Amino acid sequence: MTIFEKSVKNRKGYELPLYELPDTGCNLPEHLMRKEAPALPEVSEVDVVRHYTELAHKNYSVDRGFYPLGSCTMKYNPKVNEDMAALFSNLHPFQPRETIQGAVNLMGHLKELLCEITGTDDMTLQPAAGAHGELTGLLIARAYFEDKGELDKRRKVIVPDSAHGTNPASASMAGFDVVEIKSGSDGCVNLEELKAHLDDTVAVIMLTNPNTLGLFERDILKISQMAHEVGAVLYYDGANLNAIMGRTRPGDMGFDIVHLNLHKTFSTPHGMGGPGSGPIGVKAHLAQFLPTPVLRKSDDKYDLDYNLPKSIGMVRSFYGNFGVMVKAYTYILTMGNSGLKHVSEMAVLNANYLRKKLSSKYKIAYDRICMHEFVVDNEEFVKKTQVKSLDVAKRLLDYGLHAPTVYFPLIVHEAMMIEPTETESKQSLDTFINAMEKIYNEAIENPEIVKSAPHVTPVRRLDDITATKSPIFRFKK
Amino acid sequence: MAVSDQKSEKSKKSNVKNWNTLENVFERAMLKGVKKMHRYVPHTEEEIQEMLREIGINSIDDLFLDVPKTIDGYNIPEGKDEFTVKKAVEKLAKMNIEFDPENVFLGAGIYYHYIPSAVKHLASNPNFLTAYTPYQAEVSQGTLQMLFEFQTMMCELTGMQVSNSSMYDGASAFAESLLMAMRINGKKKMLVARTINAEYRTVAKTYTKPSGIEVEEINYDRSGRIDIQELTAKIDGNTSAVAVAYPNFFGIVEDLRALREVIPQDVVFIVVAEPVSLAMLEAPGKFGADIVVGEGQALGVTPNLGGPGIGFFTTLEKHVRKMPGRIIGQTKDVDGKTGYVMILQTREQHIRREKATSNICSNQAYIALINAIYLSLMGPQGLKEVAWRSYNNAHYLAKELENRKFDRLFDGEFFNEFTIKVPVNYRDKWHEMVKDGILGPIPIDRVYKELGPSALVCTTEVNTKESIQRLIEVMSK
Repeated sequence: MTIFEKSVKNRKGYELPLYELPDTGCNLPEHLMRKEAPALPEVSEVDVVRHYTELAHKNYSVDRGFYPLGSCTMKYNPKVNEDMAALFSNLHPFQPRETIQGAVNLMGHLKELLCEITGTDDMTLQPAAGAHGELTGLLIARAYFEDKGELDKRRKVIVPDSAHGTNPASASMAGFDVVEIKSGSDGCVNLEELKAHLDDTVAVIMLTNPNTLGLFERDILKISQMAHEVGAVLYYDGANLNAIMGRTRPGDMGFDIVHLNLHKTFSTPHGMGGPGSGPIGVKAHLAQFLPTPVLRKSDDKYDLDYNLPKSIGMVRSFYGNFGVMVKAYTYILTMGNSGLKHVSEMAVLNANYLRKKLSSKYKIAYDRICMHEFVVDNEEFVKKTQVKSLDVAKRLLDYGLHAPTVYFPLIVHEAMMIEPTETESKQSLDTFINAMEKIYNEAIENPEIVKSAPHVTPVRRLDDITATKSPIFRFKK
Repeated sequence: MAVSDQKSEKSKKSNVKNWNTLENVFERAMLKGVKKMHRYVPHTEEEIQEMLREIGINSIDDLFLDVPKTIDGYNIPEGKDEFTVKKAVEKLAKMNIEFDPENVFLGAGIYYHYIPSAVKHLASNPNFLTAYTPYQAEVSQGTLQMLFEFQTMMCELTGMQVSNSSMYDGASAFAESLLMAMRINGKKKMLVARTINAEYRTVAKTYTKPSGIEVEEINYDRSGRIDIQELTAKIDGNTSAVAVAYPNFFGIVEDLRALREVIPQDVVFIVVAEPVSLAMLEAPGKFGADIVVGEGQALGVTPNLGGPGIGFFTTLEKHVRKMPGRIIGQTKDVDGKTGYVMILQTREQHIRREKATSNICSNQAYIALINAIYLSLMGPQGLKEVAWRSYNNAHYLAKELENRKFDRLFDGEFFNEFTIKVPVNYRDKWHEMVKDGILGPIPIDRVYKELGPSALVCTTEVNTKESIQRLIEVMSK
């Protein structure tokens, strides 16, 4: 039942203090005064508490259990991070600068730490999410080529066919033409294919490394050399940074622009889809194009620098999702140098353990040592059983687990993309393996139960075709 | 027996016998050396070895053979325990100055309103906080229903037919509304009121530059409203959209009816609305707005140094396929039970890639939850009381200040913010007020130089009779 259906006229969920000031009257013209009350719910505080508690109960979450969504890095979100963010929640962005020194210095120190982690020279913390960071990075590349007088000829952004959907979408928003290149038979960038597309019309090459198949692009140093030979900028999609911390850095691999997802690698909660935070690190030659303000260090203290004549401007109001930054900062202080390295090692260990164990029943696309995630290829399984990846995913819900990402990356048909993260124990992985094996057997012995799954969730399969064909956008009486 | 064997034998024994000794209680080594185990990463040494055996490799390093080892760890400090990390972050927090909300007279896009305790407690539910984007609808009904209800509430406030489930902030929502206008009528000339928050206009310029959009700013008249004559003169066959804020940055309530009368029907009418004011002011939808966007922070969200907040984005059904962002719709499951799903996804990046309406993926869903809880508690009556108190406080204060020679700059009707002339040394005074615990009216002459020394005053329902009196005294000193 929606909260609107629980509404009873004149019921209240709030109380304000007695009002002491005299009534000043109202001079607003009649036609600008609201005539009809907005149909917000009229409910008591108890009604509200029960409603939202009941809704929460219908959700799966990391705090409830295993959440192996590939490319999403659903790791545990430490509680102390929430407490630390709350310490900064009452600051107004336009307070006098001298009254927000703690916040400015926290952002400054965070930037310094993240520059070290990414191997970049400067950074903006302003973008509110990964895709927002991508757009920012591409606008920086655009400004760079405009400054060099090359923007007219450099129209192309190259993305592999295994790329996240946000990559081409961001490139297109930044006014570039998207060129998609086919991956090689090993699942990595095909150097010949890349070479065929590389010339001085290319502005940017966007890669994620490890790529979305969970494979490390072994030729990355060669790719970076090829990109730079034609004067292109190499962009790092940081969605998969959780695999390589402490061993290598995007900057060292030759990337010029790097985005991070603080809500993935640095453990801030996903909050049902956001807020995230997508800082952009750049090499020195691109620093003058960063959004303003930029954090600058002088005498061990940080301040905000608004004086960047060649800046792309701002991509978000104020400083970005600052509250998310506090959480990520707390996490980095907690894990530290060896802790972050340990995180990547255990994330990769978990992925490989799962890959190995699942390979006895399921076919693994590109079955070799993977990084923090891998992809199951169910194409043959579907032919054999008529049970699709979507069905397996739905059946996992019945086992009290979350499903992996399905049908992505697009280059593997019937893909299931599995990323366990480092915060899962061997026991939790074994539970998942066990469920996957059971489902495999069910698909052979009793496929109907898988094809009609889920059975025990708050609702069963939903009609999303009608929902889009004759959409109901809002509650109506 | 060899000496080393003797030793290990001895230590084994001592482990058994002396488990509860001081030597084992204090983890001095942790501060100096590498942490092998971490409370967020559960693997024991035995488990690591067992998993390596299962994978068929000898060491963790064997997992990273593809990765060029460009670094040996980071040049960042080692991790610390929770107690120590908390102290470090708390130290930063203490470098800030927090103001008692009743002593805040600064708004300009971020507002201090009273937030009932239930908001924080309900939103803290980990099944909201640690859930991902609702890709598996059957186990995300809490998220989906909440967002559906949020959309309904935003439609009610704005008087529009469709709302998406959030954008990053008011500024990026505004920027995206211009891109959407271009998709609606294929034109590129945007007439934007100069009285829209400068942060929003800056972000909009950054976003729209690559599409070849031309943003032309329209000045204000003596009432503080958009100069309707200048606007009318500038509307031509190339005009895609007209955008105003309601109330605008000066707090002045634009006459939307008069504006729609001069804006041709095929020109997209964009309104940047302040949501609390909409409990008192007529909904923009009633005046024929095509897109209504804004910042939702005022609805139950702490200021957070400006982020996270939330951008809301509403429009008419006829424009919905041009809309950016995630939309939730109502539907039925296979048993006929009501449920909710993401709809019209073919607009989005994960399906449409470079042809998507936007690159947005992560949004601010968690803040939408806070908005929805707040609006449920306040209801139509509560929000109206908040709006009227904010309004009345501002009008009381404006009169009192006028009596003390702080003349208002404009004679247009305002909501809860207004602009005044101030002495030349006001900026110093603004900084000095911090000592009195007052976050005073913000000087605005850096953005609007032509106004000379001037400030923007803001009140909400949290300002009290005493705090208003105190501000008047401090300002008059």
